Order: sequence, then structure tokens, then C-alpha cells
Amino acid sequence: MTDTDQTAPALVDVTLRVNGVEHTRTVEPRRLLSDFLRHDLRLTGTHVGCEHGVCGACTVLVDGDPMRSCLMFAVSAQEHELTTVEGLGTQEAMGPVQQAFVECHGLQCGFCTPGFVTTISAFIEENPDPTLEEAREAISGNLCRCTGYQNICKAVVRAAEIRRERSTSSTEAGERA
Amino acid sequence: MKPAPFVHHSPRTLDEAVAVLGDVGHDGKVLAGGQSLIPVLNMRLAQPAHLVDINRVAGLDTVTVTDTSVRVGAIVRHAQLEKHDGAYAVLPLLRQALRNVAHPAIRNRGTTVGSIAHADAAGEMPSIAVLTDAVIEAIGPRGRREIAAREFFEGPLQTLLEADEILEAVRFGRFAPGTRTAFLESARRHGDYALAGLGVAVDVEGDGPDAVVRGARAAYVSVTDIPVVLDLSEAVAGQRVSSASWDGVEELVQAGIAPEADIHASSDYRRALAVELTRRALTTAATTTEPATTTTEGHA
Amino acid sequence: MTTRQFGAPVQRKEDPRLVTGNGRYLDDLGHTAYEVAFVRSPHAHARITDIDVDGALEVDGVIAVYTHEDLDGPVGDRLPLLIPHPSIVAGRTGHALAKDDVNHVGEAIVMVVARDRYLAEDAAQRIVVSYDFLPPIVGLEKSRDGEGLVHDDAPGNVAAHLLQEVGNVEAAMAKAPRTLTLDLEIERSACMPMEGKGVLAHWDADEQRMRIHSSTQTTTGVRAAVASKLQLPLAQVECIAPDVGGGFGVKIMHPWPEEVLIPWAARRLDHDVKWTEDRREHFTSSAHERGQLQQVTVGFDDDGRLLALDVKFWHDNGAYLPYGVIVPIITATQLLGPYKPQNYRVEFWSMYTNTVLVTPYRGAGRPQGCFAMERTMDAIAAELGIDRTEVRSRNFIQPEEMPYDQGLLFQDGRPLKYDSGDFPASLAKLKALVGWDDFTAYREQAEAEGRKVGLGIGCYVEGTGVGPYEGGHVHVETSGRVNVATGLTTQGQGHQTILAQIVADELGVSIDDVHVTTGDTRRMPYAVGTFASRGAVMSGNAVALAARAVRAKALRIAADALEVSEADLQIEDGTISVKGAPHASIALSTVAVMSNPLRYAFDESAKAATQFAGAFDPDKPPVADDDEPGLEGKDYYSPTQATFANGMHAAIVETDPVTAEITILRYCVIHDCGTVVNPMIVEGQVHGGVAQGVGGALYERMAYDETGQLLNASFMDFLIPYASEVPHIETDHLETPSPLNPLGIKGAGEAGTIPVTAVIASAIEDAEGFPIRSMPISPTELWDLRREHAAAAQSTSASTPTTTTTPTQESA
Repeated sequence: MTDTDQTAPALVDVTLRVNGVEHTRTVEPRRLLSDFLRHDLRLTGTHVGCEHGVCGACTVLVDGDPMRSCLMFAVSAQEHELTTVEGLGTQEAMGPVQQAFVECHGLQCGFCTPGFVTTISAFIEENPDPTLEEAREAISGNLCRCTGYQNICKAVVRAAEIRRERSTSSTEAGERA
Repeated sequence: MKPAPFVHHSPRTLDEAVAVLGDVGHDGKVLAGGQSLIPVLNMRLAQPAHLVDINRVAGLDTVTVTDTSVRVGAIVRHAQLEKHDGAYAVLPLLRQALRNVAHPAIRNRGTTVGSIAHADAAGEMPSIAVLTDAVIEAIGPRGRREIAAREFFEGPLQTLLEADEILEAVRFGRFAPGTRTAFLESARRHGDYALAGLGVAVDVEGDGPDAVVRGARAAYVSVTDIPVVLDLSEAVAGQRVSSASWDGVEELVQAGIAPEADIHASSDYRRALAVELTRRALTTAATTTEPATTTTEGHA
Repeated sequence: MTTRQFGAPVQRKEDPRLVTGNGRYLDDLGHTAYEVAFVRSPHAHARITDIDVDGALEVDGVIAVYTHEDLDGPVGDRLPLLIPHPSIVAGRTGHALAKDDVNHVGEAIVMVVARDRYLAEDAAQRIVVSYDFLPPIVGLEKSRDGEGLVHDDAPGNVAAHLLQEVGNVEAAMAKAPRTLTLDLEIERSACMPMEGKGVLAHWDADEQRMRIHSSTQTTTGVRAAVASKLQLPLAQVECIAPDVGGGFGVKIMHPWPEEVLIPWAARRLDHDVKWTEDRREHFTSSAHERGQLQQVTVGFDDDGRLLALDVKFWHDNGAYLPYGVIVPIITATQLLGPYKPQNYRVEFWSMYTNTVLVTPYRGAGRPQGCFAMERTMDAIAAELGIDRTEVRSRNFIQPEEMPYDQGLLFQDGRPLKYDSGDFPASLAKLKALVGWDDFTAYREQAEAEGRKVGLGIGCYVEGTGVGPYEGGHVHVETSGRVNVATGLTTQGQGHQTILAQIVADELGVSIDDVHVTTGDTRRMPYAVGTFASRGAVMSGNAVALAARAVRAKALRIAADALEVSEADLQIEDGTISVKGAPHASIALSTVAVMSNPLRYAFDESAKAATQFAGAFDPDKPPVADDDEPGLEGKDYYSPTQATFANGMHAAIVETDPVTAEITILRYCVIHDCGTVVNPMIVEGQVHGGVAQGVGGALYERMAYDETGQLLNASFMDFLIPYASEVPHIETDHLETPSPLNPLGIKGAGEAGTIPVTAVIASAIEDAEGFPIRSMPISPTELWDLRREHAAAAQSTSASTPTTTTTPTQESA
């Protein structure tokens, strides 16, 4: 049962564009995108809760669309534009979804939160004024064990509101300028 | 849970992909969306030595609507097909079914053709393939071949596809004018594999509440080993859509399915569920306001 | 003016970090550490005959492979039985790595250390373990029959047996005009935090110091256990809980084998070592809870008043008993809820099975107890044809009876004595919220539409804030920054916010200046842990007491400096001033400078405290005999007993007449956790608790087959509810302060979960018209029950015209 053919396959150079910045690392082809982001790029905001695509904690945006980073190989994610939770705002300048989560108490332990933030950020781009019911449906592919989801639903609606407010004020600012 | 090592191949053309898969044969696996395959790899339930990643193969990412079919390339994502207005206009069943495939984040990556190749009895799209009389386009070292969806599935997770063949596309057949469709399933949780589900195609004559059902066919999810089409016409023909009773379908459905028990539901329960879902799906289809496939002209 | 923080829905201080990806959870640390994977038993019960690790050693990148033989010293001994109790007749615990035999699927046998987890798994899969199979004992019935044994030296598979009795049940039962017996069952579920367990160990060989990061609910517990196992002085071991991605009980259990093995390997290899549990491991190698069989016999009068309650139950504790009998003791005592049974006898057997071990999961035995009691209440109501809320009302302990001693010993070894609560008021609020009295009309309307609906109710009392103690340390820096430390750990409860609220108010400073550290033994070496809804009660009061000490000292120094009486001073926004003369003031930061006589001026503000800076009394030492330098205070809160929160829930469910699918249409909660520190956070705790309760009632179970394989060890098949499965939760609150602690707080963490299974069972029973005796329930089971009852009804009407007074149909 010792397989001589099981010598380690060649390492590959993987270049990913994450949050607008290009990074290259040499890894095994089996390196999951989630591990590449977390351990090779040390963007640890993307969390791993199940590694079989169910929980959604590892959701990142691939060309703007939410996908499970535990169900992609880093090598397959090349030539795409990736966005992680770190790319959606900072503590000093939070994105609309992040701001809404704080305001609505949309998180407790915070472990699932990055996956919700990415998912909802994409959702409100497509649906800028969702109802609470649409909000609930939009988050129904992500597991949270702490909040019971109610405040996350609220945060979706609030995030859309913040996004609209900001785009109005930035438009106004632009018009004034 | 980390996958075992493999050699990654990233062909840019279909010829290259066929060549490399031909070389690695039984040690290789085609990677398209990977939403079924990668969990299996992560759990090390499968350990292929080679993955032929077709995500960058040119020309496989298109949806083409023709007079007779909707042709879906091998790396068209579920979400791409679901949102494709042209496909929806002529074959609304695709969108009706795709909405039930897992969750949006999975549909953003997973491919419709891949789910047909995977041939999971709990998958939605294999059933849609047989219900639409789809044609499977395969390519391998021995060239291209076309396989009728009704013959393609051999058993759970088993198809006629050879280890060195790639599914290039699936052509979902368009229904005859007057066909109304619906898809309905019941899962423990939203987005889970269904306990039972089905797509139906109801052949209707006329318009409005007085329209009359001429026939109906259904293909099931999770209650048959392989997707099969049940002809329910004898039980439903002649009913008016607005006042139809579908009670007559029970015997046909019972005879046509063979659900197995698992930790989520007993076999008997799945039977009863499949029967009831059939009635409800027929009602939905017969009274649908979604585009019927009657109007075949004028859709770009 | 400083606005009062206590009681306000203050936004969480921890959130900006967590929502932007700046949290630091266990696996976010130690990027250069070696990583670990385990070979775990694929068999439920077997003797290990051989372990061949040769294949693993050939894998490039493997650092070490360990089996039990390698474990030198106490590391190789059995893990501790954490909470000894006289009822334990055969307390068995496992080894960190299996020695000789395995007793559940998932038990760790071989530890592989490699450069990364991928390689560690490559090596682990090449290790060959040979077994002699033993008959697996799976399920309480098989365990109870005692034919096969999990442990040869635990006869009858009984780990513990306990009988408690208040009054004389036998006599009272004999005299009771009516009796009912219910056989009940509740299945296993599990905490399933989104982050699994994880341990990172750093050994400093130069200083001979061990630093452990663990995703734990008790760092002091882990620290002490590791020091003991590794034979290190306690002073040379520190343990820190980083951000923890949920706990719900599973992380209060300790030391997990990995918490011992990872530090052991780090020292042995003189290299950082990390283990991050994956989801599959979490299913089969951590802990489950809930599984019980229960038999309740109740005696009551024609008005539904309880006269005697006799409960027997069998508790499935899995393969080992490291956490003792805490869960069944809680079931046995908290079963009583808001009621006074007059005479009560409870007897339990804690049973071994060849399954994952059982330790507390949010609610910790209470959901089972509540299920037993509330099913009994509904059965009495059904028997007598009395409204279900009326039967409950008649048995409530009244507010004027508080404090009320139930006469039993609680899980902390102290009296089960309710401190406060107003159950009739809670019930009145619940009935108003859910529209109890209007439900009949709603049901009729639904029936006319061909729909089946039901209304259910459940009431509970929860002992929270158990001892022995927690501590608080408050330190004001010369910058005005206030550092607060408490030793218990945080898994999302918002401790950094609520403890800051408390200290901000006590000290008269801005909440922005208060910074809270939890779960770090370097900052607070004395602590117990986070469990039993005790965080706010224990650490809240501890930091309040510590802050009061700081405040007293600050006022004393300021009074001296301002030459006024302490009684005339106030602190607002970090400034101490004379009441009515606000310009006579001194900043708290200045007081902090003055509190610490200095030789060296390290910055501008420090100059004021140096030895030539001002006048002093040459006859007094710079630091008085009874004083300490610095503006800081430490205190501990140690209560005489638990404080008892309570609540009542009601739900309206709809069951599909054909498919038996179950939908929760409304879910209403009345919750009384005493004085509320932060209503936003309490509400969030209730929501999350209810969602976990819904999971336990309708979706989650551990599906073991008869060989002990867990068939649903993934998130695909273990059905944690998504947002689509959790109803909108309507809440209303009552605040009955606890007389037991300075802040009047009761715990809130577990409450939401406790009654949900009982409530949903009650509602489904109401919709269907037949008893629900086994939970969780899924559509396929409800559908089966319908068929059974339809068949029974048919055969009853066909054969015998008489009816019996005791329920005969018990669902399996």
C-alpha cells in the first residue's frame, strides 16, 4: 500500500487579485482558496466553519458573486477579482453592511459574520431596497448559531438603507463639486 | 478536512482537455464548478490523482437558445442559466428548477452540466434533463457522441459517460406549444437535497379558465434511483385547468417511484409526499402565469 | 453629564473589529506552527491490537507521530473526572490518546504533527490500526438492558444513580384522586458552535514557560489541567482565549485530549504546535447532549393541582463521564419549573453507551426537564378538560411565597431556592402577547380554510449565575484609560460591552475609555469559566465591586487634594468635582498619577507624582501602610446560591394536513432575567436561544446506527436551521431584580433554548389532537404518528366501546 506514485505533485505559482491587490504564492494545487486567503495571504477574516460548503462562513466575492472559498482551489481562482470581508471596509470606515451589523446587533461571536457580510454586500447591489422577507431569503444559505438571524435580517434592510443614503450623499457631494 | 494531493491540469481548449483526460483516464476527474466534487475531495472520500480543470476552456460558458432547444455549455453556472432571460422565455422550467438547487452561493459556482454528469438521484437537473428530452453532448478521445438523457443515467452517480469523456454541453429540449411547467420539491431545510420533488410538464389546450389538459409528464427527485419520466396523461387528460382534480395520479405515481428510506424520511413518507407534491405541482403548472412555451416565436 | 450606560441598548464595543475581519480566532493565530491531525477510531467499541505508523513517517513534512506509548508521565494517565459527586458509582474517563481500547467512533488514537494540516492528514491516512471488535452498546435501551458492557468494570452500564425526594410521594400518590403516567423521550443534539475547538501552544524553552491559546470557555481550568498534566509550576503556564466562535457549553468541558496533547508536543518538539478541529472531528470527537428516556407519574386533584410527582429518567452520558452528573442533576432539579409539586421524587441513572460523550449544551439538562414537566401539565389539562394556562396557574409559586425553597440540592451543591419571580405576571403578559384567548377563533378560521394550527406553551425557571466566584480587576491608567479584567471567557455574549457599561457607571467615566479583557490568565488568574448563564451575574457584580473600590480610592485622594469631604464629591465623565461647585475639580487621570508616588518621570503627566514635585508629610511613608500604589481595585463576587431567572414561551404552529410539514407561524417569549444591563444584548441572547431550541425541536438529532456510526456527521445531514427555518421571535420582558446580588442581575444566556422543545410539542399536540411524547419531531415522524392514531382510533371504535382513563398510546 505504499504508493511510489504518491510523490508530491509539483508546486504551482498562484497569483490572485484580492481586494484590489495582486499576490503570488507558491503552493500545492490542492490548496483550498480559503486556506490560501487565510494562511498564505493572512487575510484571516474569511472563516472556515465546515469545509463542505454548507455553513457559508468562508463566502467571498468572486467577480462580485458570493462563492464558497472552501469549495474552490486557489489555483482555480486566478484571473478573477476576489473580495473578502477585509475589502469591504475598515474599523474606521465600515462598509454599509458592516455598519448595519453593528447598529442592529447582527452578530454575537462574529465567526459567521464575514460570510454574511460578503453575501449581503452582493445582495444589496442587486436588490437595493429589500423587504424583511427578501432579506431573510437572501441570508438563508449561511448558518449562524448565535443570533437566531432576526437581527441579521434587520441588518440587511438597514445596510441597504445606508447604502442608499451614502450613494445619495456622495452623488450630492459630486454634484456640488 | 483537506483534499489529498493531485496534479492539476488547466487546459485552455477542449482538444487539450480531451487529450489530457485521455492520458490520465481512470486516475483523473473533470473539475467544473466542483460544488459536489470538492466536498467529496475535502472529506477524502475520493482521491483522484489528476484533476482536469475545465473552467478556463474556451467556448464552454455559453447558453444558446434555438428553435428546438436550450443548449448549455459545460461551465455555465447554475446562476447564469437561472438568470438567462432568453432561456426562461422558452423553457421556464429551467429557472423554476434551478431556484431549488442548493443556495445562491453554490449556484454561482456550480454548473448545470456538472450536476447532470454527477447524476445524484437527489439532484434537480438530471430530472429536468429527462423531462425535457435533453441530449447530452460528450467528447472524448474517440470523438463526439450524443446521448439521450433518458438513456444517460444508469444508476445513482452512474452514467454512460466514460472515464475519458467530458460533457461538452446539454441541450434541453423545448416543449411543444401549449406546455405549462412547474417544479416543486420539499426539503427539510431550504436549499437542502429534497425529500421528494418533481418537475411537471402539462400539455394544455386553450387559454383562460376553460383551458383543458391534454396530458402531463413528471420527472422526480430523490424518489427514484435514476431520473425517469412518468406519463400521467391518462389520469389528467380532459380536466379543465381551473377545476382540475388530480386524485387520479396517485396510482401512477406510486407505481413509478421507488423511494428509499434514510435518516430524514421513511420510504412510505416519501411516497405520500411525492404524490401530494405531484398534485400541487400539477395545479401550479396548470394555472401558471409564467411564460408558457406556447409562444415560441419572437424570443431572442 | 455622563449618560447612564446600565440598562441602555449600547452598541457593542467588540463589533467594529469583528465585522471587518479583524477578529482573532484560534486558527487566525500561529501561522508558522506545526499542525496536527489525528487518527480517530472508525469503530464504536474495539480493542486495539496493533498500530503501524511506518507509512506515516515516510510522508515528507511529517515531524512526529505519537501513540499512547509515547505519552510519558501524567499525560498518559486518564483524563480527570472534573466534578466528582457521591452519586457516581463508576466514573470512567478516557485517555488523551486511546490506550488498549476505544469506546466511541472518533476517539483519538494517533497524533500526527506535520508542517501543515494537509500533510498531517496525508500521513494520518497511511497509519494502520488493527482492532478486535467488541459489541457496541448504542442507545439507552440497549445500555439499560445491561447485556453488553461499555466498560467491563461498570456493571449494568450505570455511571451514576441518584434519588432525591421531598415530602412523601408514595403516600401522596396513593391518595391522589387522579394519576397519569407519561413515557417520554428526547434525542441527542449538540452545541455546534460555528468555530470548532482549537489549541495553539508556544513553549519558551529559555524561560521554561508554556503559553496556550485555546478556544475554550475556561482558561483557568485549562491552565490548571495542563500544569498538572505536564508537571509544570502553575506560574509557568498561561492560557488565553482569543476570540471564540461560539461555545454553548462544549468548550466548558476541559481538558479536551488536544488541550493536553498540543502543549505536550510543543514542549517535546520545542516548536509551536496547533490543532484546529474540523467539522467532522467536532461531530465525533467533542460532545453531544440531551438524550434521555423519562417516565413521569403525576398525582393531582380534580382542579389540576399537583399532589405528587414521581420522575424516573435515564440519561445517556456517552462513553465517558469527565463532566460528572451535572446535566442529569440539572434535569432532576430544574424540571420543577415555576411549580410546587408538594411531594416530589426524582431518580436518575446516568448510563454509558459507545457514543460521543455528553457534556452540557446550552440549557444543560433543563430542556429535558422542562419537556417532562410541561408535557405533564398539558396531559393534566387534557385529562381534566381545563385550559392549559389555568392548570399551570393553579400550580404556580406565588410572588409572595418568594424566596421559595424547593427542598432539593442544585447543581452547585446549594439549595434550590428561588430568589424572586412573578409567574402570574409573566403568564398574563404571555397570554396577551400571543393572543391566547383569541386562538379558538383563529383556529376555527384556519380550519375553515382547510388548515391545521395549534397553540403551545412552555414555562421554565432557570438557576443562573452559579458560583463559586468570579473576580474583577479595574485599573485606571494615568492617561485616563480604564482597564478591566475578568477571568471568565467570552464567546459572543458581549462581555466587553456590558462589563464596560457597568464600570463606566460605577466609576463615572466614558464607556469609550473602558477596555475589558476576558479569559486571559495573565490578567486574572483566579476565575471559573463561562457556563450556566453566569457571565453578567458573576463578572458583572465582580467588576462593579472592583470599580467601587477604585471609586472610593479616587474620591479619597481627590478629597485630600481638593480639601473637601469625600461625601461632597462626584465623578462624571472622568472628572471628580465638588457637587455644586463644578470648577473645583480634578481629572481621574490626575488622581491616577497622584495614586502612584514616583521616582522617575516617564512622561509629562508623571512629573506631578515624582518625589520633588510637591509638599508631603515627612512623617508618613509615600505609600501608607494600609494602601497600595496605583489607582486600581480588585474584588470577587461569590454568591451563596444561584439566582433564578424565568420565562414563558408560546408558539402557534401549522401542520400540513397531507405532508405533515411543520411551520412555526408565531413564536412569543416573555423573559425575566432581573435587572437588564443591555436590553439589545439580552434580546439577542433570547433570539439565538430560541433558534437553537427550534433546531432541537424540529431539525437536529444525532443519527447513530446500531453499530455506533454517526450517520449524519456533517452540516449536510445534521440540520442546523437556516434563517428560513427560524421564525420571527416576538419578545416582551419583565424585570424582577434578584435580591441576591448588588446589581439585581440574573443570567440570560441559556433561557431562550430551554422551553422550545416543550412549546413546539405542545403546539403540535394541540394541532393534531394526539399526544406528542418524543422530540425532536420531523414531518416523517408526525406523518407516522397520524397513521398510528388513525389506525388505533379505527380499531378502538370497532372493538371496544369503553374508554380508559390512562393514556394508552405512547409514541415511540
